[in-house]
Amino acid sequence: MSSVLLKNIVKRFGDFTAVHKTTLDIPDGAFVTLLGPSGCGKTTTLRMIAGLLDPTEGDIVIGGRRVNDIPIHKRNLGVVFQNYALFPHKSVAENVAFGLRYRDVPKADIPRRVQAALELVQLPDLGARRPRELSGGQQQRVALARAIVIEPDVLLLDEPLSALDANLREDMRVELKRIQERIGVTTVFVTHDQSEALAMSDRIVVMSAGRVEQVGAPEQVYNAPASEFVANFLGASNIVPCMCTRRGPEGATLEAPALGAIAVPAARAPKLREGPAKLVLRAEKLQLLPEGAPCDGRITAPAVVETVDYQGQTVRYFVRIGERQFQAINLIEERPFAVGARVVAAFRPQDCAGLPGT
Amino acid sequence: MMGWQLIRAWAIAVYVFMFLPVGVVVLLSFNDSQFGSFPMTGLSLRWFAELWSNEAILRAFRTSVALGLLTALISTTLGVLAALALVRYRVPGANAISTLLIAPILVPEVVLAVALLLFLDFLGLHKSFALLLLGHVIFTLPFVVLVVQARLVSIRRDVEEAAMSLGASPAQAFFQVTLPLMRPAVLAGGLFAFTVSFDDVTGTLFWKPGGVETVPTQIFAMLRNSISPEINALGTAMIVMTVGLPLLGAAIARRLAMKDGG
Ligand SMILES: Nc1ncnc2c1ncn2[C@@H]1O[C@H](COP(=O)(O)OP(=O)(O)OP(=O)(O)O)[C@@H](O)[C@H]1O
Ligand SMILES: [Mg+2]
Repeated sequence: MSSVLLKNIVKRFGDFTAVHKTTLDIPDGAFVTLLGPSGCGKTTTLRMIAGLLDPTEGDIVIGGRRVNDIPIHKRNLGVVFQNYALFPHKSVAENVAFGLRYRDVPKADIPRRVQAALELVQLPDLGARRPRELSGGQQQRVALARAIVIEPDVLLLDEPLSALDANLREDMRVELKRIQERIGVTTVFVTHDQSEALAMSDRIVVMSAGRVEQVGAPEQVYNAPASEFVANFLGASNIVPCMCTRRGPEGATLEAPALGAIAVPAARAPKLREGPAKLVLRAEKLQLLPEGAPCDGRITAPAVVETVDYQGQTVRYFVRIGERQFQAINLIEERPFAVGARVVAAFRPQDCAGLPGT
Repeated sequence: MMGWQLIRAWAIAVYVFMFLPVGVVVLLSFNDSQFGSFPMTGLSLRWFAELWSNEAILRAFRTSVALGLLTALISTTLGVLAALALVRYRVPGANAISTLLIAPILVPEVVLAVALLLFLDFLGLHKSFALLLLGHVIFTLPFVVLVVQARLVSIRRDVEEAAMSLGASPAQAFFQVTLPLMRPAVLAGGLFAFTVSFDDVTGTLFWKPGGVETVPTQIFAMLRNSISPEINALGTAMIVMTVGLPLLGAAIARRLAMKDGG
């Protein structure tokens, strides 16, 4: 197990910069997720850590040792590829044993360790099968067993769950997290799925167009997004231009048209100054109530429902408040509001975040 | 509907025209008669026995087999390396090199044969077995490159990367993963090279040094004197070699591929 440090890493392909100057510190034993839309440089970053790509600039340090010039096969990393990359001509047990043959593991110990790894991923009886005789989820587990049996310093996973169907993906998510906690290996996980990132990570690195937008714990990234991009990428947010009229140590006051004065806690508006600002109001935190319902201290505004997007357990509304359209995602209690209904939109000021800017 | 029937009849006629002579040769090779023609007077293996005691034919046969094996060995080795370079590494001018490697099967064989001879003359070298071998390698290489390249493209790069991430050096990853996955194509390429070499007449006639005969050129020489029934027997033996071997190879390759699941 080791920490990973990226120091001023840059990766260019010709004139195109896939990763702009990035510094990232991944502590020993942490589960860190690189999250971002397609093409933002997640895979490129991961492949640089793995040694499959050379950084154009900067240093990669694993466990205190600079590894820029150390080839992949000497880095002792466990890598799980998006399509698993199992060896089709070897049995499951041979796949898992592959890495042990290049380490000082006594021959007699290999079967025992392979079996232990297969038990850890809950496939104790499939050692004799060929990869193509396994389901996608099983292949996924074998790939994981193959990567962790070598006791890697760092485990690197590139969208390992993306080829699985939705239900299996959620099971594997729990499973993967359980295994990671059990062996405590430093893990770098790549995904473009925000719920995966929020559920599994100790720390999320949100990336966009080759740059790191924000690094933080899941609640931090979710509740106090550092940019409009982050606010929108992790779930749907309403971003409302407003004025910051007062900034104090306990928080800031934002004046937004049609919503009035909103007192945002300091933790959710770290970079805010007095002047033009943006209010971030998550769609899940904006609740629609029938007219005249009690609203216990929340900020309210009259609204008109314009679009209803029924999603079973929840419903997504587009409502008009004053001049702007807002999104609200609400649990359905009895039945959803109809288009054209006059409602009250309510939210708590402490659920809002503030961003500087116009 | 009439049209389709005509086409079917025509297709059958073409096949008959193509395969009937071959069938006749095989049939007549078992004929007891002195003459290599109908009517059949009885079944016998005497012409095969005669073949077996004909020193010139045996020598030609040994030459052909040696030539074929060496050609297959060299072509396969070079072809695998070329395919690897073209598919896995970004060599400058890969397209031009690829075209150049494939060219020998596009250029008429006579032209290739003469060109190589002229080139040799220009260098002041004489015809030799080595030259013959070189010629065969040049025009069997494209088959190997094409077959191996096609296979290599379908082997995902990430299995090699996975092997290296697990601790295998690039060479170990090649021998442990890439080569086993390529094996059916390598075998097929080698067999192709062997049969093409074993069958070849045109190039061989131009390149072979005096006194050296391969089976096809030996048949050619024998035909000039007389049509002996021995030739029918030799033809049958050739068919077994050049049709049977690839079939056998394909079956082996299929078995391997099935076992590997790749
Ligand atoms: N070998 C390469 N040559 C040129 N450009 C490349 C190369 N590899 C990646 N890129 C570019 O770098 C950018 C980042 O690619 P990367 O694969 O890291 O994206 P990603 O975040 O993993 O996206 P996805 O979620 O789609 O996998 C993309 O714009 C891509 O086109
Ligand atoms: Mg990617």
